[in-house]
Amino acid sequence: MNRLLPTLILALGLSFAGTSARAVTPDEMLSNPALEKRARIISAELRCMVCQNESIDDSNADLAKDLRLLVRERLVAGDTDEQVLAFLVARYGEFVLLKPRLQTSTLLLWGFPLAVLIAGGVAIVVAIRRRRTTTREPAPLSESEKQQLKKLFTAQGD
Amino acid sequence: MTVELGHFALILALALSIVQSVLPVLGARRGDDRMMAVAVPAAFTVFALVALAFAALTAAYVLSDFSVQNVWANSHSQKPLLYKFTGVWGNHEGSMLLWVLILSFFTALVAFFGNNLPPALKANVLAVQAWIGTTFLLFIVATSNPFARMNPAPVEGQDLNPVLQDIGLAVHPPMLYLGYVGFSVCFSFAVAALIDGRIDAAWARWVRPWTLTAWIFLTGGIAMGSYWAYYELGWGGWWFWDPVENASFMPWLAGTALLHSALVMEKRSALKIWTILLAILTFSLSLLGTFLVRSGVLTSVHTFATDPGRGLFILAILVLFIGGSLALFAWRAQSLAPGGLFQPISREGALVFNNLFLTTAAATVLIGTLYPLLLESLTGEKISVGAPFFNLTFGPLMIPLLAAVPFGPLLAWKRGDILAVAQRLMTAFFVALLVVGIVLYRTSASGVLSAFGIGLAVWLMMGALTDLALKAGIGKASLGTMLQRIAGLPRSVFGTALAHFGLGLTLLGIVSVSTFSTESVLVMKPGDGIRAGGYTLRFDGTDPQKTANYTEEQGRFTVLNDEGEVVTDLISSKRFFPVRKMQTTEAGIKTFLFSQLYVSLGDAAKDGGIVVRIWWKPFVTLIWLGAVVMMAGGGMSLLDRRLRIGAPAKAKALKPRAAV
Repeated sequence: MNRLLPTLILALGLSFAGTSARAVTPDEMLSNPALEKRARIISAELRCMVCQNESIDDSNADLAKDLRLLVRERLVAGDTDEQVLAFLVARYGEFVLLKPRLQTSTLLLWGFPLAVLIAGGVAIVVAIRRRRTTTREPAPLSESEKQQLKKLFTAQGD
Repeated sequence: MTVELGHFALILALALSIVQSVLPVLGARRGDDRMMAVAVPAAFTVFALVALAFAALTAAYVLSDFSVQNVWANSHSQKPLLYKFTGVWGNHEGSMLLWVLILSFFTALVAFFGNNLPPALKANVLAVQAWIGTTFLLFIVATSNPFARMNPAPVEGQDLNPVLQDIGLAVHPPMLYLGYVGFSVCFSFAVAALIDGRIDAAWARWVRPWTLTAWIFLTGGIAMGSYWAYYELGWGGWWFWDPVENASFMPWLAGTALLHSALVMEKRSALKIWTILLAILTFSLSLLGTFLVRSGVLTSVHTFATDPGRGLFILAILVLFIGGSLALFAWRAQSLAPGGLFQPISREGALVFNNLFLTTAAATVLIGTLYPLLLESLTGEKISVGAPFFNLTFGPLMIPLLAAVPFGPLLAWKRGDILAVAQRLMTAFFVALLVVGIVLYRTSASGVLSAFGIGLAVWLMMGALTDLALKAGIGKASLGTMLQRIAGLPRSVFGTALAHFGLGLTLLGIVSVSTFSTESVLVMKPGDGIRAGGYTLRFDGTDPQKTANYTEEQGRFTVLNDEGEVVTDLISSKRFFPVRKMQTTEAGIKTFLFSQLYVSLGDAAKDGGIVVRIWWKPFVTLIWLGAVVMMAGGGMSLLDRRLRIGAPAKAKALKPRAAV
């Protein structure tokens, strides 16, 4: 629960009974630094399902600890990163991924930012084009206006 | 007695707020001066009444009146005095009261400073403010009464959540709310302009100071919240893409866009319709944030559905204001006359680019925050959207925006010359390139992304300095003339440069801490040492401590330099609060120039040692320092004479220039 912002607690008026220990502990770590590094990266992408929007790398919940050990177990067994993630999704569902996979139900989620950017860009271009065609350049000065202007200038020069 | 007085004051404020909602608008339509004149005294009185209610609740907290349910649930007689004050808004009811207090404060400010506004506009603005105030007062009185009594009165309270027992609670929520609610003024001006059907450059001039004020507070509120989370949560994270954070970040992004588009409107009378829309959207996002946080919808879609009272009420407010204002916009926007023309390559064009990216960024945060809620309520499918999603989508959107920032202030209004500007930014570009080279060399080319990020930060900072240097006439004038010119520059020019420089600082902090920080997690016994960021940290043992409302286990550490000399000592502790049976970490943090050593205590290990987590966080303080510089930039712009309508021109400027 420590991963939670004070703001969140303040905001939701929730009260939590929690301890202060942080996430990964020395006894969980793998002796192989390369594997341990991969485990940390994978952990940051997995949700602690009993927590609020918190990865298992940050959480000290029992479930998060179990998942961390599970991730390391799979890595030691020789799984690739994708296989570990697939294994966890098969077990716990899409909810476990903090970065949802691209599929029909998340198409709108992943496509939205780009769609907004393109729609906005097109709207701007259209607006500029339209303004350019609908507003005329001011008509050039007529002969009498030029004379008037000249008079004004010479009057000032005196 | 005081408590009932507070309750009555709140109800009276609601009644008066309804009057303020109706009469001035009718007056403005009929051209009746007396009806419009109701708005000003009503605004002052509503503020006074809400302040009285707030004072009554505060008194109940300070005196530990546990017959008030709200005080009982969130306070304790042994709680330090500061937290008896701040505890007032450390809960739902109290924080809603603070929200309305700040809203009525801003309304009173508009009433006070609005003497130069056309009477009809002023009456409409104050009435729209009162619409917002009325609905929220109704919400408090109907669903979130902070003055509810308990009988019999308990002897002792349940204490404030220990995580909130921090100076952060004194500063963060009020600042955040000043920002959130400050945008209500922009919203009211936009709606009033739509009702009026008239809008001009003067409108932008009236709105800009309010936008700036709200933006400064929101920037401060977010930065403060980030630093609070950083030191309180005990592992040195400073941004989590948490829905609650996103709720404050979205109005910030939209508000930043508004700040820039209002600039175009004020100077060039262009982008009017868009600016109005942005003003509406910014406050709508503030309201949405309030809804997300207050309705409990974030914890679970189901809690929201099972306990609909508050949630549905806020949802109704949301639909009413966002839907209503957007409908009004759709209906009236066409009647607004379009403004000045400009070429795509111009200051206006640059600001449009800024708006496009900031709005898209806000939309990205919005979809990421709401998507899991929408998907679950529509299909029942549960997904999570967390930090990895936002890093992947928000990050790339920021790169073109940040890269373009130095160009903006250098481009001419109406029609700019991008090649000439690029030429003037050569120095800044080469300095940035040099820094990229140095970082690549130092990290043996492994940190390409971080080198690029740091280069971008340097580019931003150098760009801001280049702007000032060019406006001072560098290379063309003598040093004396340059200084004279610098002194004569409008304050808003410094404001721009400072804010953009601050953005660079923040980026520098973010990039360096996310790529160069080091972490060690290990079991330490007294006497053990560990290297961190060029220092050695020695663990000296733990001590138990006790105060009135918590017990504490203090870990003592000594920081040594390479020669083995003692640099400083450091204490990191865990606190236990018996009333709530909760533990918190008080991380030990030492600042070395801009970098920090961050030490956090874990649980005791089996063999008698204790788990210790140590981070070296290079340049981490720049993240918040940059925000402070941005705020200073905003403040500088706010002080610009041009924004103080009716401020007489400087006498000096009127003096005829003697031969130079």
